[in-house]
Amino acid sequence: MIESGLAPSDLQAIWLTLKLASVTTFLLLLIATPLAWWLAHSRRWYKGIVSALVALPLVLPPTVLGFYLLLLMGPQGAVGELTKALNLGTLPFTFAGLVVGSVLFSLPFAVQPIQNAFESLGKRPLEVAATLRANAWDRFVSVALPLARPGFLTATILAFAHTVGEFGVVLMLGGNIDGETRVLSVAIYSHVEAMEYAPAHLLAGGMVLFSFVVLLGLYLASGKSWQVRK
Amino acid sequence: MDVSFRGRIAAMVLLGLLSSPVCAGEVRVAVASNFSAPMERIAALFQKESGHVLTVNLGSSGKFYSQIKGGAPFDVLLAADEAIPKKLVQEGLADGASRFSYAVGRLALWSAQPGFVDDKGLVLNKGNFEKLAIADPKLAPYGVAAKETLEKLVMWNAMQRKLVKGENITQTYQFVATENAELGFIALSQIMHDGKVSHGSWWLVPSEMHKPIKQGAVLLTAAKDKAASQAFLTFLKNKQAAAIMRGFGYELP
Repeated sequence: MIESGLAPSDLQAIWLTLKLASVTTFLLLLIATPLAWWLAHSRRWYKGIVSALVALPLVLPPTVLGFYLLLLMGPQGAVGELTKALNLGTLPFTFAGLVVGSVLFSLPFAVQPIQNAFESLGKRPLEVAATLRANAWDRFVSVALPLARPGFLTATILAFAHTVGEFGVVLMLGGNIDGETRVLSVAIYSHVEAMEYAPAHLLAGGMVLFSFVVLLGLYLASGKSWQVRK
Repeated sequence: MDVSFRGRIAAMVLLGLLSSPVCAGEVRVAVASNFSAPMERIAALFQKESGHVLTVNLGSSGKFYSQIKGGAPFDVLLAADEAIPKKLVQEGLADGASRFSYAVGRLALWSAQPGFVDDKGLVLNKGNFEKLAIADPKLAPYGVAAKETLEKLVMWNAMQRKLVKGENITQTYQFVATENAELGFIALSQIMHDGKVSHGSWWLVPSEMHKPIKQGAVLLTAAKDKAASQAFLTFLKNKQAAAIMRGFGYELP
């Protein structure tokens, strides 16, 4: 322990953070893809309202968002009543609760790049595909998705990175439980607050390095894929 | 009676003089979050009586320590324990002669639901709850007191699975107030106003269950020669301030 300077609970926090970021990113791609498609193509009058709702987590301070989620998902809140009725208990202080909070918090980071990518395609490729008798599903899967790949890549990177760095929402909802809700950012914060600067530096430094390497790798890979396409 | 009357005259005179910036000093106080409610009243009274302007910054003592080390422009620190003021004095960042404990906090086991916590804390033995909120003992003095209490009751190990930890005592209170945790150890000052607890059910943890939560005040070195800051520390020791603190459940050292 002296060599590494990290307690087992710190290692657990690292693992938990990676798990949270992966699950959140996966769910976000599932949710954001149809939502972005709809936002890119819809002409409904309430499109503006939906766009605004999606962007809302950008505005609220994370601890405030976390506090409202705590109220909403607690035993007295609307979502809490629902989860209790479904025999799921309540979400705060659980990993599932953190996932819900993270998905909401990072939603704009996933939706907007994908939406931009869909919008920049224009109608032309899809119309051409239609003349080749591709049905709607075919046009989406074989034309729109591959062409929007850079958007998906950006969305994945942003959603993942944003969840790794997320703090306020997790702090409010988590309750700092080892192996369940004590993620890296909260662990670093606790170390700093307790004036344990050595493990704090180690974790923070590791987080910066890891994130830089991952982001660099993804950007290099995406640069390559663009070149290939050209 | 006489004193407060004279105080009021003095306040009026001072209010009249307020427009001249020469006599009105500014005091920037960093205050531990458990003390936020009494501080609000003490600050109002102090401003009225002295004519000085007081700005309050709420947070955890550990955060204030880091910020003060980083040169934060505070004049006075009202911490949640005595360790951090001592540490600041040792490091030359605070004036040792000014250090004193201004209040002794009391710990309470509280639930937002009426009738849930009995006045002897036997609910802990019953165990008919999912989550027990405490402040993180690593970060908050009230968390240390909660841990000591549970250890004294020989329940610390058994409770591990039910514990949720707030980063500070305010967050711990929120966990319980929103009923996400059925009950929790919080600061008495968070539920007591004017000597009464307004809602929920509670057990005042006997003070022999844990080491006293002595809260330390200190003047920071940068503000050593500021008259307004010294006036505030003196004010904190007077009877009016004491009465306010007692109303919120604090004991005096």
